[in-house]
Amino acid sequence: MLSVCRSCFSAIRNRLTIIEHGRGFSAHAAVNEAKEPDTAQLFTQEHKELRRSLGRLIEQDINPYVDEWEEMGQFPAHEVFKKLGQAGFLGVTKPTEYGGLGLDYTYSVAVAEELGHINCGGVPMAIGVQTDMATPALARFGSDELKKQFLEPSIAGDVVACLGVSEAGAGSDVASIKTTAVKKGDDYVINGGKMWTTNGFQADWMCLLANTNEGPPHQNKSLICLPMDAKGINLSKRIDKMGMRCSDTAQIFFEDVHVPQSYVVGEEGQGFTYQMIQFQEERMWAAASILQTLQNIIQATIEYTKERQAFGQPILNNQSVHFRLAELETEVELLRSLLYRTVGLYVQGQDVTKFASMCKLKVGRLGREVADSCLQYWGGMGFTNEVLVSRLYRDFRLISIGGGADEVMLSIICKYMNTLPKMPQKK
Amino acid sequence: MTKGHQGHLNGVKMALRILVGCKRVIDYAVKVRVKPDKMGVVTEGVKHSMNPFDEIAVEEAVRMKEKKLASEIIAVSCGPQQCQETLRTALAMGLDRGIHVEISGKDYETLQPFHVSKILAKIAEEEKVDIIFLGKQAIDDDCNQTGQMTAALLDWPQATFASKIEKNNGDLMVTREIDGGLETINVKLPCVITSDLRLNEPRYATLPNIMKAKKKPIAKKSPADLGVDVSPRQEVLSVEDPPVREAGSIVQDVDELVSKLKAAGVV
Ligand SMILES: Cc1cc2nc3c(=O)[nH]c(=O)nc-3n(C[C@H](O)[C@H](O)[C@H](O)COP(=O)(O)OP(=O)(O)OC[C@H]3O[C@@H](n4cnc5c(N)ncnc54)[C@H](O)[C@@H]3O)c2cc1C
Repeated sequence: MLSVCRSCFSAIRNRLTIIEHGRGFSAHAAVNEAKEPDTAQLFTQEHKELRRSLGRLIEQDINPYVDEWEEMGQFPAHEVFKKLGQAGFLGVTKPTEYGGLGLDYTYSVAVAEELGHINCGGVPMAIGVQTDMATPALARFGSDELKKQFLEPSIAGDVVACLGVSEAGAGSDVASIKTTAVKKGDDYVINGGKMWTTNGFQADWMCLLANTNEGPPHQNKSLICLPMDAKGINLSKRIDKMGMRCSDTAQIFFEDVHVPQSYVVGEEGQGFTYQMIQFQEERMWAAASILQTLQNIIQATIEYTKERQAFGQPILNNQSVHFRLAELETEVELLRSLLYRTVGLYVQGQDVTKFASMCKLKVGRLGREVADSCLQYWGGMGFTNEVLVSRLYRDFRLISIGGGADEVMLSIICKYMNTLPKMPQKK
Repeated sequence: MTKGHQGHLNGVKMALRILVGCKRVIDYAVKVRVKPDKMGVVTEGVKHSMNPFDEIAVEEAVRMKEKKLASEIIAVSCGPQQCQETLRTALAMGLDRGIHVEISGKDYETLQPFHVSKILAKIAEEEKVDIIFLGKQAIDDDCNQTGQMTAALLDWPQATFASKIEKNNGDLMVTREIDGGLETINVKLPCVITSDLRLNEPRYATLPNIMKAKKKPIAKKSPADLGVDVSPRQEVLSVEDPPVREAGSIVQDVDELVSKLKAAGVV
C-alpha cells in the first residue's frame, strides 16, 4: 500500500515538473512525443477528445506503475478496469442498455490506439481481452439476462473477463479443442482445460469455447459464460513468460464444473462461428493497439541517437540509421492506412476477414521489425531492462503468435486468394 | 465599476456565474521549433491542448458547480477556428457552454494580453458573471498578465496564483502562492482569480461526457462584435531558439572535480 501511495505521489510530481519546466523537459516527452498523426479520414473531434482524455488517464493512473507491475508479474486488473470503466472506455461500442456508448467501431480503434501510449504490452492486451476479445460475441448474440449478468459489469469495470479458447493441445487449430460441456438436467457439466488464458488469475468470468455436442467440429461448439468461482475450476499454473510480464497467463483445468444451460451465448452449436466473428475485432484491435507504441519507439530512438555520439557525430547522422527509421515510419503509416480501410469497411457492415487477417499478419511482423531495428541503435543500452525498447522487443514477439499465428493469418488470406490446398481429412 | 450578477449570498446559497478562459496552446509535451524565417514558432501539424493552467481553472469551476456554489460556467477561447476543439475539451470536463471569439491570421499572431483582457472584460459584463477564472499564465508566451489586466479594466478585485479557494460568507477566501510562502486573502465578488499549479489535479473527461459535450452550444463572436480593437501594439522582430546547453561530463571523484573546476578557472 505504502509503495502505491509513493508512486502515486511521484506521478503527480512528474506532472507538475513537466508543466513547470515547460517544454524543455524531455525525458518523458521522448516516449510521448506528441505529434498529431494524420487521422482525419477516420477520426472526428470526439475521437480526438476521447484519446486526449484516455491519454490523461494513462499518464496519471497507469504509466507511473507499469515498472512495478512488470516486476510483480501481474497488474491490478480490477483497480485499473474500474477506472477505465468509470470513464466509459470499456464499452465504447457496446449497447447503451448495458452501460455502453453504442458508438461504431472507429471509437474502439481510437481507444486501442491511445492504449499504445502505455509503456508495456501487457496492460493493453488485458484491456483488449476485456473489450474486444471476450465480450463482442456476448454483446451481439447473448440473451438479455446474460448481458445483464456478464456484459454490464464488464463494461462498468466491476468484473474482469477472460477468453478461454486455446488449450494445451489446440491453439492454431481451434476446431480441435477437447473441452466438453455435457448437458445434465438444466446444467452443462464442463470437463477439460484451457491454456494461455490472459487475465486468468484475476478473472471473474470466462468466455469459454467448449464442445457441446457430437457433431462436426465447426457445428459442435458453443460459447459459454463461465463464472470463475464455480466449483471444479482449478487455476493450475501461472505461466512464466519472456514478455507481457505484467499480464497474468493461466493454465486452467475443469473438473465437473456446473453452469446453467442458459449461460450459452446465442445458439448452441454456433460457438465456432461466433468465435470466428469475434476474432475479427480482436485482429483489428491488435493492429490498432500498437501503432502508437511503434511510433513512440521510433521517436524515442530518434531522441536517443540524436544525443548519443560515436565517431564524432550523433549516431542518428548515419544515413543507414535515419533512412532505416524513415523506412519503419513509412511501414507504420502503411499499416495504419490498411487498418483504417479495414475498419471503414467493417463499420459499413462488410466481411473484413481477409483485410483483418492482413492487419494482424502485418502488425505481428512489423512489431518485431520495429522493435528489433530500433533496439539495435540503442547499443548496449538496448539490451538492458532499463529502456522501454527492450521490453517492447520482448512483448511484441507475442503478436506473431497470439490470437492466431502469422501462418494462420496467411492461411486465411490464401483461402480468400483460392490458393489454400484442401486439408487432409481427419480420421 | 460594473457589478457582477451577484447571485449570492449570506454564506448560505451561492449561485455564481463563472467565466473561464481556455487558451489553445502547443501541447506541453511538444518540442517547440522556431520557424525558418524566425518570425515565430512552428504550429502547423503540431499537437495543441488547453493551457494546463486553464485546465486547472476549468476543474476548479466544475468543482464549484458540483458543490452548488456555481450555477453556470461559460468557457471562452480567443483565436482561430481550432479553438473550438479547446472549448469542447472544457465542455467535456463539465462547463455549460462556450464562446469562441474568432481571431485568426495576422491578428492572432499579434494578439496580446492587452487585447484578450478587453475581450474578457466585455464578455464578463455581457454575461453578468461573478468570477472570471483564468490560468496564472499560458505556457506558450508565459505572459502572466491577462488576469491582472482584466481585473484592472473592470476595477474588480483580483486573487492571482490561487492554490486554494473557499467560500467565506458572501466572499471568497483565496490562498495564494507567493515567493515567501502562502498568503490568504479575502476577495469580494465579482472578482478575477488566476489558478496556480497546486490548486487541483484536473480530471479527465469521461467518454459519456465527451459525447454530451458535442451538443453543448458554442457561440461565435468577433472582436468587432464586442467592440474591441485588436490591432497590434507591438511588432515581433525575431524569435530565437534558446542557446544549446553544452553536454556535461561525469567526474569520478572530488579531486577530479576540483581539478576540472581549476582548469576552467572557476575556483
Ligand atoms: C501470452 C499469451 C497470451 C494468450 N492469451 C490467450 C487468451 O487469453 N485466450 C486464448 O484462448 N488464447 C490465448 N493465447 C493462445 C494463443 O492464441 C495461441 O498460443 C496461438 O493461437 C497459437 O497456438 P499454439 O500456441 O497452440 O501454437 P501451435 O498451434 O502449436 O502452433 C505453433 C506454430 O506452428 C505454426 N503453425 C501453426 N499452424 C500452421 C499452419 N497452418 N501452417 C504453417 N504453420 C503453422 C505457427 O508458426 C505456430 O506459431 C495466448 C498465448 C500467449 C503466449
